Amino acid sequence: MQCYGFIGLKHTITHNAALFLTLSGRSSKGNMAAGVLTGVRQVLRGPRLVSAVFSCHGQTFSSAAAAPDTAAAEKILNFPLTQPDYFRLSELFTLKDLFEARVHLGHKKGCRHRLMEPYLFGSRLDTDIIDLEQTAEHLQRALNFTAHVAYRGGIILFVSRRRQFGHLIETTARECGEYAHTRYWKGGLLTNASIQYSPGVRLPDLILFFSTLNNVFQQHVGIRDAAKMNIPTVGIVDSNCNPSLITYPVPGNDDTPVAMEMYCRLFKMTINRAKDKRRQMELLKGISASV
Amino acid sequence: MAASGCRGVRSILWKYGSYGKNLFVSRSKMVPQLPLRQIYVASSLWKKNLAAAGPQKFTQEFIDKQVEEFEVGKRHLANMMGEDPETFTQEDIDRSIAYLFPSGLFEKRARPVMKHPEEIFPKQTAIQWDAEGRPFHFLFYTGKQSYYSLLHDVYEKILAIERHQDKMRNKGLFTSDTKQILLTGSRWLLKEEIEENLVENISVQDYMRLIQLMELLLSMPYCSLEEEFILKFRKQLEVQSSKYEIPALQYDPQGVAFSVADGRRKSAKASITLRDSGSGNITINGRNYLHYFPVLQNREQLMFPLLFVGMMGRFDIEGSVEGSGHSAQAGALRLAISRALLSFVSEGEVEKMRQAGLLTADPRIRERKKPGQEGARKKFTWKKR
Repeated sequence: MQCYGFIGLKHTITHNAALFLTLSGRSSKGNMAAGVLTGVRQVLRGPRLVSAVFSCHGQTFSSAAAAPDTAAAEKILNFPLTQPDYFRLSELFTLKDLFEARVHLGHKKGCRHRLMEPYLFGSRLDTDIIDLEQTAEHLQRALNFTAHVAYRGGIILFVSRRRQFGHLIETTARECGEYAHTRYWKGGLLTNASIQYSPGVRLPDLILFFSTLNNVFQQHVGIRDAAKMNIPTVGIVDSNCNPSLITYPVPGNDDTPVAMEMYCRLFKMTINRAKDKRRQMELLKGISASV
Repeated sequence: MAASGCRGVRSILWKYGSYGKNLFVSRSKMVPQLPLRQIYVASSLWKKNLAAAGPQKFTQEFIDKQVEEFEVGKRHLANMMGEDPETFTQEDIDRSIAYLFPSGLFEKRARPVMKHPEEIFPKQTAIQWDAEGRPFHFLFYTGKQSYYSLLHDVYEKILAIERHQDKMRNKGLFTSDTKQILLTGSRWLLKEEIEENLVENISVQDYMRLIQLMELLLSMPYCSLEEEFILKFRKQLEVQSSKYEIPALQYDPQGVAFSVADGRRKSAKASITLRDSGSGNITINGRNYLHYFPVLQNREQLMFPLLFVGMMGRFDIEGSVEGSGHSAQAGALRLAISRALLSFVSEGEVEKMRQAGLLTADPRIRERKKPGQEGARKKFTWKKR
């Protein structure tokens, strides 16, 4: 039985738009009918983007653009994904660095969040101690993900609501060439973006939370909104934070200036490394294409 | 309405059906033709929601074209009026339009107008991101990028001054009595002025936060390092007394100085000539002031300006007045005498006269009678039932 699924044009990080066509005889989604028809008309008028029309039986009707160009572009995009640590981020920090930056110090035992218990060794003199081996693992994963996002030209948003470190985070974001939001978070910034900004705005592809709590010790609204909008998040979770909705939580201290400076330095170095690598690959591709 | 609605849908379905036939030839057996059934849709769904579109947007090319047309039209207008197209200013345009299209409409904004398109079409913010969708400003996602970037800069300067202070302390050169910024005679910019500068709307709390930060900057001992930056947010207050137009001091053939000034009060108009080296004679409408103003209060009004500056017997006053009643005429003459005195008196005295209220024209006029009332305020007899 042929059933074709319709997915609208998605603006993915890879910039490849794949259009799947709906041709069901009886479309049960009544309100989707208009969308289906307009989508179909757009396709049938001639797609401007590289598109492939698929069916369940896998017969392609229209082919993509010139082969060698896209093959090289795809290699640039896909090759880093095959390596476990393509950007060699494990050399950026060691366990000793984390310890000296006091990343292992959590809040008092009374402030502990239940879901953070797996990440803690326990408490010493009432202060919770975070397991730095787990932190190192999580931090490696988070930095790796950030590097890949930056490599593919994604928009990264640095978020924190700690007034003590707001300036530092804004400066770090500016030096990376990315974006920051350390101010009062207005309601629909992510969920109502076309009205808050202008229609056609591009939302961030990754949100970094340098502190997941806001000034009244509640979870930052951005975490929930990012989860709603399918935007991956990386967050430094302290022992009083909730790590559930964050894609790449990094258990660690978010109160000490030394620790925050270290995080900012690490993220800045990863993003710069990834962007430099991308520029290098583009140059190489340009050279090899002209040769 | 319903019929047109379903007809529209049917036409789309028909087109779709024909396309389907052309493209999916091999599958025509397996893909059933879409049934052309009538879908009744209310016409309100087809109408465009005009309110939701927001204010009308104009493209840059459209505005450029309008500017071109305006320049060409300006030259035509100049030729029509027989004037030089090169030196045709906006005031000339306004004058010409008022002449060619006389309009009796009371609402000034409804009259024909010919102005540069910049003034007619509302300003729009340009697209704030590049071809790939990446915004230009690093604080774009906050919503108020200019305002927050300003706060960021101010904080940066505070940190820089603190670092400077620490350096001085380390060297042992720290002093509290450094050069202070002069703030007298200026005020902070108003919220509206800052909104204009930033091209963004800010709330009252945002404005107060900004002023708080600037005050913090000012409270530091070495704030003179950032004097230039701070003065950008201060506006000089004008000295009020310099606004007055002082009548020119003229000299008659005998070499005696005199000045002429006018004054008005209610509907009385007065004109005064103040002659120096006189003996305190006052002549109004050809008659002595004692004759003209039998009431003491009115004569006191005439004398008050001279009494205030202490030049009682010095001047000869010659005045003409018309209109209104005796009290209003006295008030008009008083204002005229004060204005004429400005040319004989020093700057400090001018400020004193201004503060005494001698140079302010009394704005009170007769209040109109309202319908349903006896007079301006008096009501008809109130009856409970």
